[in-house]
Amino acid sequence: MNKTLWSVLVALGLVAPFIVYPIFLMKLLCFALFACAFNLLIGYAGLLSFGHAAFFGGAAYVTGYLVKYAGVTPEVGILIGTLFAALLGFLFGSLAIRRQGIYFAMITLALAQIIYFVAVKSPFTGGEDGLQDIPRGMLLGLIDLNHGYSIGGKTLELNLYYFIFGLFCFGFWVVYRAIHSPFGQVLKAIRENEPRAVSLGYRVERFKLLAFVISAALAGMAGAAKGLVFQLASLTDVNWHTSGEVVLMTLLGGLGTVFGPLVGAFTVVALHSQLSSLGSWVMVVIGIIFVVCVLSFRRGVVGELGRLLKRSL
Amino acid sequence: MEISFQTVMSQLMLGLNNGAFYAVLSLGLAVIFGLLNIINFAHGALYMLGAFVALSGYAEWGTLMGMPDFHLNYWAALVVAPLVVGLLGMLIEKTMLSRLYKVDHLYGLLLTFGVALILQGVFTNYYNVAGTPYEGKPEILNGAVNLGFMMFPTYRLWSIAVALVVCFSTWLVIERTKLGSWLRAGTENPRLVQAFGINVPLMITLTYGYGVAIAALAGVVAAPIYSVSPVMGAEMIITVFAVVVIGGMGSIMGSILTGLMLGMVEGLTKVIYPPASSTVIFIMMVVVLLVKPSGLFGREQ
Repeated sequence: MNKTLWSVLVALGLVAPFIVYPIFLMKLLCFALFACAFNLLIGYAGLLSFGHAAFFGGAAYVTGYLVKYAGVTPEVGILIGTLFAALLGFLFGSLAIRRQGIYFAMITLALAQIIYFVAVKSPFTGGEDGLQDIPRGMLLGLIDLNHGYSIGGKTLELNLYYFIFGLFCFGFWVVYRAIHSPFGQVLKAIRENEPRAVSLGYRVERFKLLAFVISAALAGMAGAAKGLVFQLASLTDVNWHTSGEVVLMTLLGGLGTVFGPLVGAFTVVALHSQLSSLGSWVMVVIGIIFVVCVLSFRRGVVGELGRLLKRSL
Repeated sequence: MEISFQTVMSQLMLGLNNGAFYAVLSLGLAVIFGLLNIINFAHGALYMLGAFVALSGYAEWGTLMGMPDFHLNYWAALVVAPLVVGLLGMLIEKTMLSRLYKVDHLYGLLLTFGVALILQGVFTNYYNVAGTPYEGKPEILNGAVNLGFMMFPTYRLWSIAVALVVCFSTWLVIERTKLGSWLRAGTENPRLVQAFGINVPLMITLTYGYGVAIAALAGVVAAPIYSVSPVMGAEMIITVFAVVVIGGMGSIMGSILTGLMLGMVEGLTKVIYPPASSTVIFIMMVVVLLVKPSGLFGREQ
């Protein structure tokens, strides 16, 4: 991928909050990062996890709790949230990779359900209400993330936006590096033909587990960031519908493409904000998109585009 | 804490009742998985649909058809709901699932997930998520039966009986009849079975229809016990997935026994440590995975 394209994309990210409502952009960045993390697992290692909401929502709760009640700074909160998700990913991953394919999906789903029940029952998660009014705090104790700049008659929370944008860039870079490294090549080899990868002497289990942990950690980072942006960690974040939604984002954008998850996340987040007045018809629309995607364009938007341009995107 | 024999037995019986539903649903999943190699994520939604056919049939169909006195009574619902849902299932299989057999089986799971969202979303729009009670419970199933150690609601006893009959007759057909042997052969080698003059695609469609029809039947039976709500299937299906992982899906009998057993384990947990009762099955799953990754009744891959 050439340098100009990257510069254009980064520049776009930097000026975007002056054009589009920043909260929408931040939501988009959080879900895009979540989808990228998820794509690392399904698109490159061929592992369909149906329990990624556990990492996303679990980290949102941990970070939210620490920032709100332990008074830690946001970056420390996010760091601990991410570590928590990585640890959880290690536990879930070690159990789930014992089985393959459909079983793997069901196991991750059922394990995630444990986290959901913990969130419902524990005294520190706020039960049905979730953790509300999570303070955004002072980044490094210096920069007020709540501060809004009044530009053109609108208040733009630029500090928070650039912080979230930075997190996203970091996460995206990690995924990009992982994919374009020997590690990523091994993952692809495992996806294409696992017995062959074994016979080549790769310790397949370890590679899968590592991919799972990285993916979980980044999903956690996305969830923690989302918790700060919306100042809320709720049951929705850990619900299996969220796990399903990230599958949809990735599938819609294109499994195993670098930019697919971004396109997918954008489409789904935009759909949600456009259709929010329709109540639970949103669920029906999402369901229909799922069905159409699976039946008629399994490569996703970016995947089909790549096929037309005859290059991998 | 004092735990009386009465409490334990009553929770065990209630657990057995829940377990009976787990057994029917995981049996349906196992039958579909056996022949289509697809995990039917829509199973819970179709179970919910069965309950709604009973509910709306009893309360609304008469008014809709301009015959306010008409009620689809419970006994009729036991037949109508599986038929309606079974036909819908066959339509889904014919138009959508059949196009996915050539690709990765995970797409089947994703497709049925989409179908589940559509069904759940549609019903959430018309009915409250909180749930509606079903009024059509037949007179004859009211009251309670004296089991010697406790009084147990007749209806719950009836629902356990229905589940057991459905489970064991399905097992009998699949394991002990000619039809069953075709089914089993069809899962091993569809082309060979086709060469014997058996219409395998039709057999697959009918199997899917049967699997979801018994889910709908379970839905009708569940309607008078649990309140009927659009999310009843979504809550149930995840637990049933865990049951399937624990059982191993290798055998029909495995899914029946695991379902019944886990219902009772859940009931017992309600006595010993109530907050854990909704997670105990998932914790069991973790333990079983650690000891025997292929499940209790599963075969090693």
